[in-house]
Amino acid sequence: MGKPKTIIEKVWEQHVVHREEGKPDLLYIDQHLVHEVTSPQAFEGLRLANRKVRRPDLTYATMDHNVPTKNREVVKDEISRQQMETLRKNCEEFGIKLADMFHPDQGIVHVIGPQLGLTQPGKTIVCGDSHTSTHGAFGAIAFGIGTSEVEHVLATQTIWQDRPKTMNVKVEGDLGPGVTAKDLILAIIAKFGVRFGTGYIMEYTGDAIRKLTMEERMTICNMSIEGGARAGLISPDDTTIEFLRGREYVPKGEEFEKVSQEWLALATDEGAEYDHTVVIDASEVEPQVTWGTNPSMGVPVSGATPRISESDNADEVKRALEYMGLEENQPITSIEIDHVFIGSCTNSRLSDLRKAAKIVEGRKVKDHVKAIVVPGSFSVKLQAEAEGIDKIFKEAGFEWRDSGCSMCLGMNDDIVPPGGRCASTSNRNFEGRQGNRARTHLVSPEMAAAAAVEGRFVDVRHYAGVLN
Amino acid sequence: MEAIRQHKGLVYALNRTNIDTDQIIPKQFLKRIERTGFGQFLFYHWRFNDDGTLNQEFSMNNPKYEGASILLTGENFGCGSSREHAPWALADYGFKVIIAPSFADIFYNNALKNGIILIKSDEEQINTWQAKAENEELHLEVDLEEQTIKDNDGTVVNFDIPSYHKEKLINGWDDIALTLLLEEKITTFENQKA
Repeated sequence: MGKPKTIIEKVWEQHVVHREEGKPDLLYIDQHLVHEVTSPQAFEGLRLANRKVRRPDLTYATMDHNVPTKNREVVKDEISRQQMETLRKNCEEFGIKLADMFHPDQGIVHVIGPQLGLTQPGKTIVCGDSHTSTHGAFGAIAFGIGTSEVEHVLATQTIWQDRPKTMNVKVEGDLGPGVTAKDLILAIIAKFGVRFGTGYIMEYTGDAIRKLTMEERMTICNMSIEGGARAGLISPDDTTIEFLRGREYVPKGEEFEKVSQEWLALATDEGAEYDHTVVIDASEVEPQVTWGTNPSMGVPVSGATPRISESDNADEVKRALEYMGLEENQPITSIEIDHVFIGSCTNSRLSDLRKAAKIVEGRKVKDHVKAIVVPGSFSVKLQAEAEGIDKIFKEAGFEWRDSGCSMCLGMNDDIVPPGGRCASTSNRNFEGRQGNRARTHLVSPEMAAAAAVEGRFVDVRHYAGVLN
Repeated sequence: MEAIRQHKGLVYALNRTNIDTDQIIPKQFLKRIERTGFGQFLFYHWRFNDDGTLNQEFSMNNPKYEGASILLTGENFGCGSSREHAPWALADYGFKVIIAPSFADIFYNNALKNGIILIKSDEEQINTWQAKAENEELHLEVDLEEQTIKDNDGTVVNFDIPSYHKEKLINGWDDIALTLLLEEKITTFENQKA
């Protein structure tokens, strides 16, 4: 037996095509996911240089960023329409499989990858989108890339990458009742900041992580980039294997049993060392709400916005409070909202919708609140409808939409108006993210659902049915 | 990619930390299918009021910074989304060099691919330059080959940059062409994997 290794080192080493002292490694890419916004210039680059896509079979495309979530037949925005049409033509020309707006497999790229079983342990996965870290939940090294890198991967199926440092994000203790994976990752980022992961790949470890479902693990890994890490992952275990069994793109029968053993062997070895370790106690985490303009500006729902004079980064805090239209030391439960968005690659999967529906069942969305639910994929939407979840939301006063990125970034019509305030299950509360001068508060689906009903933030654990 | 060895230019200091790519270029401008023409949208919601007029309170609109080609800024510049539209906007606007205490990982690679020189400098040095840029007028001369920065007073400081990145910028190499020189190794790798 050699030196114990982390899963990060194991998967990385398996993919090095070329290594030279003083240079980044040339890594092989097993799965390339493509969408309409960050790919047109890459395909154009290929055409100009008369290059082909090396492995169309390892490339999969969908439309998610600017697809309408209602009345899909007519894309009113001419430039969006052109961008989607360009993707369709590019996929046709280069022989790439595409789940377009009307395809049953369409959805947010980070929702459909796992759903189809394209996402698997031990793979290297890239996509021109920073939330590619989501796929790390399966024990894959998955990270976001820019358009030039998209072109590079299309042409060569490889990418130049500096060897990352490894970080153990150790989650001790258990999450309390009614506290979610979203609260945990928001608490991690609130504690360690938006750049503690820069230069690292993170591995989330500990009992609390082991107890999470795959969908919850995806929520955690999804937001690794908000802590600065391009990639965050979780060692595969039986939960991972059972999630993948029977999915479209995974091997079947005996072959599956064989590959499962290989996947499990990728898990970090006992005694493996990391370049850095941070520790958080899950039992201390409460439902979280962000108050500011980056994802680390968050506090427990029982808390308040910071006092400017007591902050290390007083200028940043002052600017953020100003933008958000909040006072210093203002209790979170006094903040009234007028928009609710349940969706995004962070929290739009079936379990997210089920949990939010449980909160709104038999209740009504507050009069002045505009609330929408955007399922992560067409398949999630159909499953939810089969369970009657759409009815629960609609009866409560939510709009029930078609799948896409939607109000997470407002590239389509789903925008929060200037000065509007949104309880959002997405991943970024940057200035203008959901619309020019829109104010975003990041929360879990349960907390967003409760905010819709109350018209302000409340501790969802006080709701019947959450604490049992 | 255009080769770049030296650059001399006027410095604009934007004293904010954690500037994300949503600020560098807002989402409504990501729908174009070209690589060009993004400079007009740089820092859009900071530079312009809702009615499209210039926001006079935003420092970049101060006439003294007109023609600036070196951006001096705070920690974690370029965090958030992987959109390469951010470096496209910065380059198209005219920025050739960005100096900050740290950069976000994805942005760093994206900027490098577009021939922008990214220099990590310590905060004390940045504060000194920032005061000069704001109170007087600061020109810096960046020599990538020598890894030096010279200011108006003739003061010279050194900077670090990974040699591989330096080599790429100086030669203006096309990454894909370089990688395809290794095509045989890629094929061998694929055959072994299959």
